[in-house]
Amino acid sequence: MEFQAVLMAAGGGSRMTDLTYNTPKAMLPVGNKPLMWYPLNLLERVGFEEVIVITTKEVQKMMSADPKIKQDVKMKLEVVCIQEDGDMGTADALRHIQPKIKTDILVVSCDLITDAALHEVVDLFRAHNATLAMLMSKAHEFTETVPGQKGKKKTAEQRDFVGVDESGKRLLFMANEADLEEGLSIRKSILRKHPRVHIKTGLVDAHLYCLKKSVVDFLTDNKSISSIRGELVPYLVRKQFSKTINGQKTKDDVEDQNQKKSDSSTNLELHISSRDEPLLQLAQERSCWNDHRGDMSEAYHGGKLRCYVHIMDQGLCYRVNTLAAYIEANRLVSGTYDVLNVFYCINIGSDSIIGASCQVAEKTSIKRSTIGNSTTVKEKVKVTNSIIMHGVTIEEGCNIQGSVICSNAIIGRGADLKYCLVGNGQRIEPEGEAHNIIGNDA
Amino acid sequence: MSLCEMTHQCKAALCMLLMNLTISNTRLQVTNSSCNFPDGPEKTGDIERIKNEGKELTKEEKQRLRKEKKQQKKNKEKKDEKAPLESEKEKKPASSSPASQATAQPPTQKASSGVPAPAPVPVAASEAPSPVDKPAKSKAELKAERRARQEAERASKQSKKGEVGQQAAPSKAKAPPSELQPVVKRLPEHIQVDNPEVLKKLAKKLERQQIPLRSDYGYKVSLFSHLHQYSRKAPLTQQLSIPSSVIHPAIVQLGLQYSQGIVAGSNARSVALLHAFKQIIRDYTTPPNEELSRDLVNKLKPYISFLNQCRPLSASMGNAIKYIKKEISNIPSQCKEEEAKSKLQDCIDCYINEKIILAAKAIAKYAIEKISDGDVILVYGCSSLVNHILCEAFEKNRKFRVIVVDSRPRLEGREALRRLVQRGISCTYVLISAVSYILPEVSKVFLGAHALLANGYVMSRVGTSQIALVAKAFNVPVLVCCETYKFCERVQTDSFVSNELDDPDDLIVTRKGKTHLEHWQDVSSLGLLNLVYDVTPPDFVDLVITDLGMIPCTSVPVVLRVKNVDQ
Repeated sequence: MEFQAVLMAAGGGSRMTDLTYNTPKAMLPVGNKPLMWYPLNLLERVGFEEVIVITTKEVQKMMSADPKIKQDVKMKLEVVCIQEDGDMGTADALRHIQPKIKTDILVVSCDLITDAALHEVVDLFRAHNATLAMLMSKAHEFTETVPGQKGKKKTAEQRDFVGVDESGKRLLFMANEADLEEGLSIRKSILRKHPRVHIKTGLVDAHLYCLKKSVVDFLTDNKSISSIRGELVPYLVRKQFSKTINGQKTKDDVEDQNQKKSDSSTNLELHISSRDEPLLQLAQERSCWNDHRGDMSEAYHGGKLRCYVHIMDQGLCYRVNTLAAYIEANRLVSGTYDVLNVFYCINIGSDSIIGASCQVAEKTSIKRSTIGNSTTVKEKVKVTNSIIMHGVTIEEGCNIQGSVICSNAIIGRGADLKYCLVGNGQRIEPEGEAHNIIGNDA
Repeated sequence: MSLCEMTHQCKAALCMLLMNLTISNTRLQVTNSSCNFPDGPEKTGDIERIKNEGKELTKEEKQRLRKEKKQQKKNKEKKDEKAPLESEKEKKPASSSPASQATAQPPTQKASSGVPAPAPVPVAASEAPSPVDKPAKSKAELKAERRARQEAERASKQSKKGEVGQQAAPSKAKAPPSELQPVVKRLPEHIQVDNPEVLKKLAKKLERQQIPLRSDYGYKVSLFSHLHQYSRKAPLTQQLSIPSSVIHPAIVQLGLQYSQGIVAGSNARSVALLHAFKQIIRDYTTPPNEELSRDLVNKLKPYISFLNQCRPLSASMGNAIKYIKKEISNIPSQCKEEEAKSKLQDCIDCYINEKIILAAKAIAKYAIEKISDGDVILVYGCSSLVNHILCEAFEKNRKFRVIVVDSRPRLEGREALRRLVQRGISCTYVLISAVSYILPEVSKVFLGAHALLANGYVMSRVGTSQIALVAKAFNVPVLVCCETYKFCERVQTDSFVSNELDDPDDLIVTRKGKTHLEHWQDVSSLGLLNLVYDVTPPDFVDLVITDLGMIPCTSVPVVLRVKNVDQ
């Protein structure tokens, strides 16, 4: 077997607590399908037959109850439950399932909605015998107004600086603005090997990683790394150019440097170099190919640790981890994924999704919205640009615009909501007016 | 096909008519349903009739056989499509006549007459009597059905002959008219891309092995339209599932590396292939009720097809595969699996050690004798063997300098230049267009080879034959260095019949911000040709240095013969 797929569905959705305080992030409905259906669908389309799903007990319960996941997903899902206290990072979760990992892994996050051609990422991983291959996409501006936002806001300065080489495939540098104090510093060793570095800031990390098995083994030895994106990836990218990995290694060197460097680096090096058999070395020597030109070094500068990235120009790639992203994603999937049954057809635009067992009365107008299962919409209601989850009751004469209404809420008669977020089970009084409010409590 | 045949058939038909009329008067009672076996009292009469008809048929049969032989000869000289078409048509009445057997008379008449009118003449005879004679339905029908059956058998035999004939046609101009089938090797499918039959067969074979078919890309220059041309931007992995279950992951990785050019060069490709085979053997488990020696060879077939689709196999790879298959089939059946697997892995290691590593050392030893102090050596492209020789010679303190000749679009000479300069050898770098300017300075030319053909021709990177030609014109000795495992039994005298077409988009280059060939596909009269190999005649090569010694180019068949005898 070549790859094992791992789906990380234990995330808490810390950046959209208003939506997730009742429903776990993995089961949030997007286009009337739970959020984790999308990465599962992606894996299924590509040809995976088994997925290891790392999640909490609550999500597991909801998963077994959800019809979409039970029927549509034909793959075998092996669910591994971890504690919900939130202390376990993604790398910790990988360490937890290390006994199940037999081959290289493909880690996907549950909040990824994309139509990327995965073979591009995987081909980079295979062809160059890379240690890490990841997917990134050009970020799109969110155009929808988000409830609770005062005007068009700029996200907090948490930019990611990603440095790639001339071909745009090799990952040279990765840092988050939060970790950089005064400025961006690039090591000379990188510049000596790759004199042309392109640094990009407007990229969205899709959280899709192909990792070699040796990385998982390395993680078991290094308990200090707890997050893949936050710590493991920058560590691997840095280690590409570290002096301990490159160059001719003799046993004495390794022992000397043992005292200086921490155990982690030598361990990684041992994990990686043991895989490079002499035949592969011979083939590489005899091959007349080099990945760069202009200097005297051999292919890959003799480095054994290589990190690659595939940057998507076009296509859908969203990470639903903020409210804005959630709304945007809902907007988009209604166009791309199968739209459910539309009945009654009373002034329902083609870009809306209506869930199963809904009751939509006459004289209602539903445009560019998503309505969940078992909702009741009474007469003369106007719903525009909104997301209405399951089990909601909307009384007559309401006007809902640009809002997000969570499950089991009741909107009283004649209410007028613009750009609001109504929490779970909340009740809006009749004739109430709310503008740009996020309401959680009754 | 011709009038004379028609008249013969008409004559035959008339004979049969007359016969039917005479017999039918006594057979009016024989009617409907099962025409095969009429009832008891009429049996003897029927048997007589059948005998009579049998005699008639044999005469007609002989006539028909003669006609068909003539037709066959014509078919061999004509285009290929006729044979399968004819066999198709002949099979059609065969299939319709057993159907007509079971039904009643009038519908059978319709059926038999409904048999395709444009069917070739041999079949027409079967139809001619049947619609004419209503009362003699049963006899004519029986005849027709028997004839149709014979036709079908003959047709199937003919189609088999036709296939061999069709493939023999391109390689043999004159087909012997006797029954002796010429022993002709079939043309490989990868140089028959413009033949839709062959493509269909290839597609079926790949479908059976569950390997995706890679489609050709772009306009092909007409002289080379019989070869595949793929685009690097459309890798075969697009159509595979990501955790590849049908194909071993090592092979997928290898195929990708071949198609992207990461592993390039005859030796590198063979070594990488054998490394992948080692991994396959390591991960292999014999299924129950199967023998390792047979099952493993069958497992390797789809992998080899896959690699062929990614990039056509090289001669050295072909020889390595033959060796491995032979070793696998020679495993005794009582050998345990673990033992067999380790034995195979040792064989592979041994092969690489002997044929590549030690051979390189031996060739270097011989070649160094030929390098004297003060030499100016010209090399072309990046041959791992030639680079090895030059580095060894430099280690042995020979004083020489190297001129590296390079050519677009691969520009492999840059890599050779880097490796030589890294060792400290003084080099000059020119492009192939300057080779006639630089040759007066050169004292020897060292060339690498992709394969050495059985008639002494050297197959190597495109441009090598040019270098050899110009060197000959300047009277500079040309030495080709090649290991014996690259010798192959093929015979080729030109570079057209069997070659490899690389991605035409490689020829597109951007200079000063302008890419002139960017939209080459829109210009209908423009074709881009990116050849990979060419053949150099043995007249231009002075010496071939192999691990067996230094031999003239014409001794290659001797080496091949000796090798075959050894094995």
